[in-house]
Amino acid sequence: MIIKNKTIVADDWTVLRLQEQDTAEETIVSAGKIIVPLKVWRAQRETLQQRQDIGVWLASDERAEDLKGDIQKFSVIAVDFPKFSDGRGYSIAYNLRARLGYKGELRAIGDVLRDQLFYMQRVGFDAFVPRPDRKIEDALKGLSDFSEVYQTSFDPVLPLFRRTQRKGNSAAGTLND
Amino acid sequence: MYRYDEYDQQIVNERVMQYRDQVRRRLSGELTEEEFLPLRLQNGLYMQIHAYMLRIAVPYGLISSKQMRMFAHIARKYDRGYGHFTTRQNIQFNWLKLEDTPDILADLASVEMHAIQTSGNCVRNITSDEFAGVAQDEVVDPRPYAEILRQWSTFHPEFAYLPRKFKIAISGGKEDRAAIYAHDIGLAVTKNAQGEIGFRVLVGGGLGRTPIIGSEICEFVPWQHILTYVESILRVYNEYGRRDNKFKARIKILVKALGIDEFKRRVEADWADLKDGPGTLTIEEVDRVASFFSDPSYETLTDHDAKLNEFKADSRSFSNWLSRNVRPHRIPGYAIVVLSLKKPGDAPGDATAEQMEAVADLADRYSFGELRITHKQNLVLADVRQKDLIRLWQEASGHELTTPNIGMLTDIISCPGAEFCTLANARSIPLAKVIAECFEDLDYQHDIGEITLNISGCVNACGQHHIGNIGITGVEKKDHDEWYQVSIGGAEGNDSSISKIIGPSFTFNQVPEVIERLIHVYLRERMETERFIETVRRIGHAPFKEHVYATGFMAQEEKVAGKYIVESAQYEIPYYSPRF
Repeated sequence: MIIKNKTIVADDWTVLRLQEQDTAEETIVSAGKIIVPLKVWRAQRETLQQRQDIGVWLASDERAEDLKGDIQKFSVIAVDFPKFSDGRGYSIAYNLRARLGYKGELRAIGDVLRDQLFYMQRVGFDAFVPRPDRKIEDALKGLSDFSEVYQTSFDPVLPLFRRTQRKGNSAAGTLND
Repeated sequence: MYRYDEYDQQIVNERVMQYRDQVRRRLSGELTEEEFLPLRLQNGLYMQIHAYMLRIAVPYGLISSKQMRMFAHIARKYDRGYGHFTTRQNIQFNWLKLEDTPDILADLASVEMHAIQTSGNCVRNITSDEFAGVAQDEVVDPRPYAEILRQWSTFHPEFAYLPRKFKIAISGGKEDRAAIYAHDIGLAVTKNAQGEIGFRVLVGGGLGRTPIIGSEICEFVPWQHILTYVESILRVYNEYGRRDNKFKARIKILVKALGIDEFKRRVEADWADLKDGPGTLTIEEVDRVASFFSDPSYETLTDHDAKLNEFKADSRSFSNWLSRNVRPHRIPGYAIVVLSLKKPGDAPGDATAEQMEAVADLADRYSFGELRITHKQNLVLADVRQKDLIRLWQEASGHELTTPNIGMLTDIISCPGAEFCTLANARSIPLAKVIAECFEDLDYQHDIGEITLNISGCVNACGQHHIGNIGITGVEKKDHDEWYQVSIGGAEGNDSSISKIIGPSFTFNQVPEVIERLIHVYLRERMETERFIETVRRIGHAPFKEHVYATGFMAQEEKVAGKYIVESAQYEIPYYSPRF
């Protein structure tokens, strides 16, 4: 089960992670819906791009630009969070969406926990695979921690000051009354 | 000052709910300490030696009397009756229980305050000039931009898990009073030849293990573009900053590794896509925020009250206070008053609940109900009528807030040190107390003149020892003893510099004598009105070093140890107790 478009849904994609002995060139990409590492995609691009059921995932030290040109070939792109404290994935997501115009599913995988989900959806993730030792129902709640935000990102694009009419001082009164 | 509208209030209220639930999950064991750690840190909650410490944001140091009274309430209800004002213009409470912290945040939210991003690897509370809006040398009031940056950085989704913490300071005077050269980003809001407002942007400054003065990345970013420009700096840092080594993770290391030219190239390549996009500031928003910082209803007055001069002649202590703790104001007949939290014998920056209430009352009576917290750990009443100075001085003296030592040797900047902090090697506060007591004599202090003394309990430099004219750092040696490294030649402001260590480190009891010897060389060598830092720059380190190490410290050791008994703080838990 994963969270997708703010609901819990069944999922039949698998994520291919290379083991130490595997090489990107020789690892076997099995049949079925599979999300492969960027390295594998690059090494086996000729054969993999014949398939309709291929997704790709980026490690936190890879860059959105690495997929430039190929981006619309995928219906799923995933970004891996090796540790929740590694925040590079947020910029990768932002760049995929805002700069490269990726429109398909953007999935957060790895050390994905409830308290990151609100931020993740704002930079463009719309699918989340919470860490399996946690209840997915609880993680879902993380998407609605806040009902308003200040700054521009992928979602919403407009900062608060461009979306609303905010009050200036004349209407504010003084705090010490 | 800025007031929350319904959006600000809602965001802060929702934060309280979110945090309350995080604490509930931690207490029930649903969250491990490792998972809870970044969550509580993003909310300013540290686990210290004796208890939890909560750091509350005072955005750019500006606070109302009502908010100050809330601090007094928190000090009484949840802490031990006092709080500690920090070099980042915030306040810390040191003796809290985890289960109380959600209620404290709810109390704070009721007076438009929070503890959001006061720690953790995110954009921290924005700091600014403590004399913003009232200084005579002000070019542009930085407060509206500080508030705009506060909102922009609050819960920024992309920059909550940076490689390391990120500090932004902004100043708008000719003289930099916000130490902008010592911040990850330093902003000087200014005007160009056409009179248009913009920012000189510095990047990669910082103290800590690797003290570096910030480099200029852009001479003038027009105000419309400041948020997007800062966003691009943060993105490049988030993408390329080192994450393999905590000690090399600050932006200064990245800027140094790439070189400022390459770093700038990457930032501006990123910014090219953002420029003129939705993040661009609008004049409506700047005007809206600036409307909160318009002048209070100043009276039309003249300078030089006759009664003031009369009283000055009569009272030496008032006269001292006037010359050290009162600064000129841009409006005739008004003055800026610095209330000292540096009474010798007290912990620098500490204030009791009674003092907090007293300063709130003073603010209401004499300064339009507002106060500022300075990065030198004092308080400011920014808008005092000169004709009220005598009364104010009398009343504030009753609360021990008028020590006439601002900018002098006993105006010591100090971190909390090893009695509170798990990182520190040294007892900063007791050391500050001993030094202050040694140099308590005001005539001597006034003879020494302007000087800054900063103490940090460890290399992390919370006491900003690198930019003190004299800097003291606690270092640990193999035997776990406390040792103190002394450096000289640091400065903040327009002529910022990083201090250099004078030689081998000292024991706790030797430090006051070391300071005395440094001062001796200065008094011997100074020319005319030269300040300590100017003498150091002119004659170099050698004469100071030579004199300090010329003779031993044994006799002095006994004398100091006998005269200044170092009492350990009054805790039930022994010093150096392990974390719990």
